[in-house]
Amino acid sequence: MVEFLTNTVGLSGLLAWTIAAIVSAVLVLNVIAGGALAFIWAERKVSARIQDRLGPTRTGGRFGWLQSVADGIKLLAKEDLMPEGADGLLFRLAPYVSFCASFCAFIALPFAFDVVGQRLNVAVFFVVAVLGLEVFGVILAGYASASKWSLFGAMREAAQVVSYEVPLGMCVVVPVMLAGSMDMVTIAEKQAGWFWNWYLFHDPFTFVVFWVYVTCAVASVNRAPFDLAEAESELVAGFHTEYSGLRWSYFFMAEYGSMFLVSAMAAVLFLGGWNGPIPLATLLGLSEGTGDTAPYAVRLLGLVNLVGKASLGVIIMMWIRWTLPRLRIDQVMTTCLKYCTPIAAVMFAGAMLWKITLPGGLMPGVGRPGGEIREGWLEGPGGRAAAKPVAEGEKLARANREVTP
Amino acid sequence: MIPAPIAPQLIAPQWLLAMAALPVAAINWHSFFFLLFAALACGFAVAVVAATNVVRMALYLVLSLAATAGLFLLAGAEFVGAMQLMIYVGGTLVLLVFGVMLTAQAPFVSIATSGGDRVMAGVVGLALLGALLLASLSVPAWRAPASGSLAEPAATPLGMAFVGVRVDGPAAGTPEAAVRPGYLLPFEIVSVHLLVVLVGAAYLARAKRRKTQRAIDVAASVEPPASVAEHAAIGRGQVGSGSVLSGGPVLTGGPR
Repeated sequence: MVEFLTNTVGLSGLLAWTIAAIVSAVLVLNVIAGGALAFIWAERKVSARIQDRLGPTRTGGRFGWLQSVADGIKLLAKEDLMPEGADGLLFRLAPYVSFCASFCAFIALPFAFDVVGQRLNVAVFFVVAVLGLEVFGVILAGYASASKWSLFGAMREAAQVVSYEVPLGMCVVVPVMLAGSMDMVTIAEKQAGWFWNWYLFHDPFTFVVFWVYVTCAVASVNRAPFDLAEAESELVAGFHTEYSGLRWSYFFMAEYGSMFLVSAMAAVLFLGGWNGPIPLATLLGLSEGTGDTAPYAVRLLGLVNLVGKASLGVIIMMWIRWTLPRLRIDQVMTTCLKYCTPIAAVMFAGAMLWKITLPGGLMPGVGRPGGEIREGWLEGPGGRAAAKPVAEGEKLARANREVTP
Repeated sequence: MIPAPIAPQLIAPQWLLAMAALPVAAINWHSFFFLLFAALACGFAVAVVAATNVVRMALYLVLSLAATAGLFLLAGAEFVGAMQLMIYVGGTLVLLVFGVMLTAQAPFVSIATSGGDRVMAGVVGLALLGALLLASLSVPAWRAPASGSLAEPAATPLGMAFVGVRVDGPAAGTPEAAVRPGYLLPFEIVSVHLLVVLVGAAYLARAKRRKTQRAIDVAASVEPPASVAEHAAIGRGQVGSGSVLSGGPVLTGGPR
């Protein structure tokens, strides 16, 4: 886009960069805000159907699809209250901290090949790190509200999120290890082709790890059955008891943004990213989309594919929420420390052994592009040739430098 | 791309062209952002010291550390930047939780530093700053202006160095290469050491009480459901005590 602005429109470099950055940021912002509107409506409908109700039916026609907009207008018009004893600065700041963390993580999330805010070399790590910051806003909110309910909720959330980062990190490491890269674009590209190339079906261990990841992801975004921070039967509304109006809705935008984010991450890490169950772009005769010359239709297909997968993930989270009862805090901790963490650790070791002993999979040569990819980081010019024992260190190093020009 | 460039005035309005004509290219934007992040980091660091509320301190600390992460990202060290976010900012979170839990006798406890402490902290801080400045200015290689482009944003050399292939090391085959392996062994030693410390801490912190049969019977008979126990805790005003995190009934030695 910078090239387009400089060459065609004739703007100077800095202005072009600024406009490009603003356009990207606004697009990501709209993914979160628009996504939240759509998902809140979906949540109402999904919960209603699960509970044998109809949900919103009147606002905006037959399916009540304007309900979220009506809610938004109501929230805008609501009085913005602050408790008398609250710490004003922190109370006002907390929703933005939550929202910013959720927003920042989207920067590194690829939506299709080269449709990514900022392609980071360590995108997976960055997303996990930034996602953990969201809880900071929650803690600030809970503390600054000067309310016991809020403080209880915040402390529960802190304990929960800090614990669940461990198994979540272990689950995320498995696809990173298989792809040999922390770049989300690379990880998704390694799963190109049919759905059996997805890391979900790479080996039995990754299949199990995916479900552990789902559990941890639900817990790390504080959705039921892990929503102890806002357990309404015990804590009124948990950390956002004292919030109202637009500030309250920021928390919800952050929550739905994070839900979409962890779902999209699951799609990229385990479900092939923008590479569909069937390689539609290839079947249609479009090129594989591995360069600037790829037609935009490929990117559009990939975008639709990834957003579809991520939305499906969000819908599944809603399904879980309205099906399972809330866990107690000791059950939450048991799930994390006694089940998720050991299972993830064992599966990590298993996936590693599988990769070492069966590098080509059970059926070598079927499907997987490039067949045996053991040293993913050695690909590129002369990469396969350089995949020699470690003794040839200098050669490896040279190959390395060539990979990332 | 469209081959023939369209005349700029057809698309861009006048003010946009005026903005484009500003001599913005003259500014070194890398230095600008460096100074911005550095100023943010230093300013919030001072705010940590100046603040009296423990949670505000934590907030400023997080912002200061995040600005430092921004510096790392600016320098092209994305891995270190993300690491900074993950470890330091996440660590501050835990620090904050324990800070609130252990220090909060009342809502919004304020920690005021006495005058003598401030003077001592100032002396120590300035001495450290002076020592660091002297040390960093005495390295000749660091005084020259940075040349060339930014470092390659790649974590790969770091990962390779872990498994024994050091890009910066001596050439393979030389005797020096044999005695300079990767970082894996020291890393493993440190991590095992940390694990031992963790296990030891858990062992020491473990509640050493012997459950007699009678205590178990009593607990089983009077054990309230989780929410009741928590409400009772709230009623006693024990906000921030251990009962916050343990939803279930706590078997304490106190009178029931």
